[in-house]
Amino acid sequence: MKEKTIRTLKSIGLGFLEPLIRAVSGEEPKKNLGTFVKGTMFPIASIFLFIAIWHFSATALFNKEANVKIEKARTEQGEEAALAMKACIVSGDVSCQPNTLPSPVQVLAAYKTLWRDHVEISQKKDEFKEKVASTNAKRADQGLGPIKYTGRPSFLDQIITSLKTVAAGFLLALLVAVPIGIIIGLSDTLRNSFNWLIQILKPVSPVVWLLLVFMIVKTVITDPNMDKSFIISFISVGLCAMWATLINTSMGVSSVDKDYINVSKVLNLSIGQNIFKIILPASFPLIFTGLRITVSVAWMVLIAIELLAQSPGLGSFVWEEFQNGANDSNAKIIVAMFIIGIIGFLLDRIMLTVQNLMTFKKA
Amino acid sequence: MALLEIKNVSKSYGSGSSKVDVLTDINLSVNEGEFVAIVGFSGSGKTTLINMISGLQFPDKGVVLLHGNPITGPGPDRGVIFQNYSLLPWLTVYKNIKLAVDEVFPKMTRKDKDKHIKKYIAMVNLSHAIEKMPSELSGGMRQRVSVARALAMDPEVLLMDEPLSALDALTRGTLQEEIVKIWSQDKKTAILITNDVDEGILMADRIIPLTPGPNATLGPEFKINFERPRILTEINRDPEYKRLRNEILDYLMEVGATRRQVSDQKYLLPNIQPTLPSKSLFGKRKKLVSNS
Repeated sequence: MKEKTIRTLKSIGLGFLEPLIRAVSGEEPKKNLGTFVKGTMFPIASIFLFIAIWHFSATALFNKEANVKIEKARTEQGEEAALAMKACIVSGDVSCQPNTLPSPVQVLAAYKTLWRDHVEISQKKDEFKEKVASTNAKRADQGLGPIKYTGRPSFLDQIITSLKTVAAGFLLALLVAVPIGIIIGLSDTLRNSFNWLIQILKPVSPVVWLLLVFMIVKTVITDPNMDKSFIISFISVGLCAMWATLINTSMGVSSVDKDYINVSKVLNLSIGQNIFKIILPASFPLIFTGLRITVSVAWMVLIAIELLAQSPGLGSFVWEEFQNGANDSNAKIIVAMFIIGIIGFLLDRIMLTVQNLMTFKKA
Repeated sequence: MALLEIKNVSKSYGSGSSKVDVLTDINLSVNEGEFVAIVGFSGSGKTTLINMISGLQFPDKGVVLLHGNPITGPGPDRGVIFQNYSLLPWLTVYKNIKLAVDEVFPKMTRKDKDKHIKKYIAMVNLSHAIEKMPSELSGGMRQRVSVARALAMDPEVLLMDEPLSALDALTRGTLQEEIVKIWSQDKKTAILITNDVDEGILMADRIIPLTPGPNATLGPEFKINFERPRILTEINRDPEYKRLRNEILDYLMEVGATRRQVSDQKYLLPNIQPTLPSKSLFGKRKKLVSNS
């Protein structure tokens, strides 16, 4: 039971809990507790250190910006205005706060604001749903689509939209890159023929992909009801992120251990069986490494692409907040930054777990 | 008629000036139910020879005949036990063997297949490890799985490419006995490639030395007429065993010695003086020169 829990934890990347479980179950409690403290307390201490440095630098920047504001008031409007400005800044009035790197406290406050905002919006949504329930039922009878809520999306909605986009992009990358990678990997000739193309397209910037996809999608899709910005952004994300999988798959397939190929030959396996029973399982480790890179890249470029494609999501949230320039906009951007980081980390962990489950230990 | 015939087979690798003739004029015929051991130095082309019988490689000249028909490719009628086991690490012991059984007996019912697989796993004493992954097994156990896989295909010819050379001496001894025991049960034709003369004497009916390469060819055959089952400790005391062993070793040493003479080539080394560390330091060099 204990060993099983530990193995499960390890496979999902929570291996640092192992000594704690051992200590709790009475296995050398002193030594294991020590290991746990070392392995857990120091990372936590480093987080506090980071927050402290952030706090002090934010305060320093705040003071600098405040002084500049006061000086400006002094030179432009005289001593009285400078004093008024100082008093205004000290009082914490929204109208005159220096606009600079927000402190941890401000970011936390912004997070709370966003959460309250989300709760409010979901309430509104529920009310709206209740209101239109009977109308929608009638419309459904008439064969019409339901009336949808068209209000402002909350921060959580933005996150979900972003996750959907990245999932669609990842799926696209998977469906395009893995089969092509396998086909290319199986034949030296094909690999040589397409290598130049792959090598040239791989380093192309996400922004350029977005523009390219825009050119094509705008021509291909003329139906105004379709969500063009979503299509553009997920295709761009897929195109940017698929190269790691493509290259890893073709490499994995082309470098399958010769012993396994010999086994397949001796058993006279058919081409299909050879691919599905020998070559694919043998190249799973490399394919999954590629997919893991693809997920991280997809999440990374997503923000930039959403920002440019005007597609809803975290990227446009960041951009709108930046354009907004409200006094807590900067803090909201930092909240988004942390959310993006944490989700990226979680996605990577999920992929790592899947990778661990799907790959074999080399004999 | 012999079951397997190798006629005037030659094989070389590379081309142009870097061409290496590995095997030249190999002639061998193996009868049904016979156990033949081919003994030779490492690098003499033993694996190339067995690969041509299994159909993984093809001769440049000559033919390899099975039942009088030339071999056109690998097939399940020739079971191969590879030197490095070649188990698929993502499959359990059972599934590794099942892959072979599925391929060779596609029409067998699931129940019969299961029985068939389990029979061969039991034959190599691995019933306790049936659901284990290859990475959880020791070297000797892995090779047993490989043996079971080859046997479960029910091949006409069993080809063994130095199957035991990666194992320790004790495991090797038990596996030698086990393979011979299994072989004697249904008297399959077997060809064993080895670099160990003792192994050949213990297991085979005939030992054929392969002269060292390049241009390796088969030497005169040595018949092994010991009663079966042969027990290592008993055979060891037999004077006939000693005579035979020495004879084969003498032959191998002799051809090995002539090879060494042939390749007794003088290598001209360039006349290079060592560079002393102090001399290679910039700036200091001048000082050294001026001092001297």
